[in-house]
Amino acid sequence: MKIKHFLATSALTAGLALSASAQANEITVVSWGGAYTKSQVEAYHKPWVEKTGNKIVSEDYNGGIAEIKAQVEAGNVTWDIVDVELSDAVRACDEGLLETIDASTLPAGADGTPAQQDFIEGTLHECAVANIVWTTIFAYDKSKIADGPKVMADFFDLEKFPGKRGLRKGAKINLEFALIADGVAAADVYDIMDTPEGIDRAFAKLDTIKDQVVWWEAGAQPPQLLADGEVAMTTAYNGRIFNAVAGEDKPFEIVWDGHIWDLDLWVIPKGTPNKELAMDFLAFSTSTEQLANQASYISYGPARKSSAPLVGKFYNKDIDMGPQMPTAPENLTNATQNNFDFWADNADQLNERFNAWLTN
Amino acid sequence: MQDSSTTTPETLVTADGVPLKQKLIQSTRRARWRALLLTLPLVIFVLVSFIFPIGQMLLRSVNNDTASSVLPNFTIAIKDWDEQGLPPEQTIKLFVLDMQEAREKREIGKTVGNLATRINYEIPGSRSLFTSSSRKLARVTEGPYTEALLEISEKWDNPVLWRSLKRATSDFTPYFYMAALDLKYDDEGNITEADELYQIYVSNFFKTLRLSATITFICLLLAFPVSYLLSTLPLKTSNLLMILVLLPFWTSLLVRTTAWIAILQTEGIINDILVFIGLVGDDGRVQMIYNQTGTIIAMVHILLPFMILPLFSVMKTIPPSYMRAASSMGAKTFTAFRRVYFPLTLPGIAAGTLLVFILAIGYYITPALVGGEDGLLISNLIAYHIQKSLNWSLGAALGSLLLVIVLVLYWLYNKIVGIEKLSFG
Repeated sequence: MKIKHFLATSALTAGLALSASAQANEITVVSWGGAYTKSQVEAYHKPWVEKTGNKIVSEDYNGGIAEIKAQVEAGNVTWDIVDVELSDAVRACDEGLLETIDASTLPAGADGTPAQQDFIEGTLHECAVANIVWTTIFAYDKSKIADGPKVMADFFDLEKFPGKRGLRKGAKINLEFALIADGVAAADVYDIMDTPEGIDRAFAKLDTIKDQVVWWEAGAQPPQLLADGEVAMTTAYNGRIFNAVAGEDKPFEIVWDGHIWDLDLWVIPKGTPNKELAMDFLAFSTSTEQLANQASYISYGPARKSSAPLVGKFYNKDIDMGPQMPTAPENLTNATQNNFDFWADNADQLNERFNAWLTN
Repeated sequence: MQDSSTTTPETLVTADGVPLKQKLIQSTRRARWRALLLTLPLVIFVLVSFIFPIGQMLLRSVNNDTASSVLPNFTIAIKDWDEQGLPPEQTIKLFVLDMQEAREKREIGKTVGNLATRINYEIPGSRSLFTSSSRKLARVTEGPYTEALLEISEKWDNPVLWRSLKRATSDFTPYFYMAALDLKYDDEGNITEADELYQIYVSNFFKTLRLSATITFICLLLAFPVSYLLSTLPLKTSNLLMILVLLPFWTSLLVRTTAWIAILQTEGIINDILVFIGLVGDDGRVQMIYNQTGTIIAMVHILLPFMILPLFSVMKTIPPSYMRAASSMGAKTFTAFRRVYFPLTLPGIAAGTLLVFILAIGYYITPALVGGEDGLLISNLIAYHIQKSLNWSLGAALGSLLLVIVLVLYWLYNKIVGIEKLSFG
């Protein structure tokens, strides 16, 4: 009914105004809010709106695929394109909740490399296209801790560094961090977690700081917790801490030891009435220039190889963005990629155990 | 009929010859129907907005059609399997073909991913086995299928997995109720208690009951004197006080809850005052929120009007002369209160406690905001499964259990207090 009406009006407008190419339409773009959404608005939304004359409604969420699942199963899809984590993209794709995306339709890199070769390996998926590489690190306020923590073990060391700790509520990343703090090399962490003893060991390590933990859920919370002095250290998405430092002059310091990097990808929920527009926005926003552009607003690494040489300075300050990226070689000495297969298999069970652990 | 009315002259008849009694029944029946018709909108509303969703919830908590809709042919064939070793080649062939077709069709709710999610509940770690095998199975075009499957992954060589698959193909399952009661299937398919580290629901149900009872009791203690005061003061003052009771009642729940956060948090008003007057040091601030204390304080405040209002309206009907009569007959104030006044307020207490308790037991938003980790109630776990883990069936099973608990408590309450005694004034 709505679509019919819309078609009728657009046909009418086309007839009247001959050049109907710039028919203004609207898509809803959903992302994680705060500094991250702002970087996307600057690098993707504004240029796209300017170029096509369409409108964008920007919505925030806290990750997960609950909303996508509900909308698709109810046949009432109102989110046209969503920024999700890799494990969620894989699960939603497996459950048939997403439109498939043909990577060959994406624009070639600025240097002419076809998209399939231009994107970093593993960043293109049957139903999703990555835009950035981000990571979870931990950070502290250096104006409050003079000789700050250097390694992951320090995060769990309440004697050396007393004070509350901020952690994301959930099993993911926390178990990895606990094992790394317990002496496991980042590269081996998922092998250890594949054994029941490894999981017990991780929970035992988390036990040591449990009563000092403040749990956060939204990405914008950790910099706020640090700024308010609610915690002495907190895990956080690296871009959020960077933006608090670069944009708001906060005295925060990132510790790169043991960080677990991951991808954010665009997905299009199955059955959206604006599929073509969403696809157009997706192709536009993941082109070489836009990805490089985004990196000047937040310290997340672009998913295209051809964007890397174009990454310059922070948009309003003289800060080189290169060394701030999770993928900068000096930041990768003890780091690993989030193992989405492990979490696809074990998230249900480990979150159950995590919840039980939390409430007891 | 005609005969009887003519032969017995005492029977009154109306103008058209119908006995009056019959006519009367007819007209009252019509009136009753008309009255029922008036309630029809409400009945339909309740059906659509209450009975139907509850029915849906009950259905979802036992519904188990994922496996049978993803693997329709396998579902029929596996019924004959004796659960020893691996299923026969013919059955596994159907499994492979069904998997290939499901991957081809990608129908919403009937994908290999849905099946993988379902089996992963019972056998953690099997999701990627299903999804990755499904990708590789696309290339398998001829038998022997068992061999092809085992070549893809040795994990398929596991009778426990196939037994779980067989269980998953039945139309209904007790599994989600088992999970909601911290039970699971062991490798042989018997029901056992879940590992202690994974037990969370039963203890949480008890905690919810305990916290709700505490909140109800505190509400009663606080509301009783307030209601008494309201009912005995002159109308002008009592109206003013009543507005003070009702004002928070009219304020948004979220506003009141966040106000408590501002008051109680470690950097909040109360702690600031305590530090200022030197009662506690700056590093010894009291944790009053994001724990059970926070949940209790905020919920007592929010539910208090539900206790005050029924108490007040009952107390209002108790004539002050009763207490005077009791004292004139020599009763001390306390005795008069205990023997005369208090028993008369019982219907109000009964109504208030029932109301507050039932509201508290299903409370969600306040504990989510101020409960931290140990102040969470069962409804927060339900929300977790609806919003985060997406195990809607388990959420539905937990919700159904909560409903059963409320009904049982209501029945007990009726036995002990008697629902006809309950009065809202």
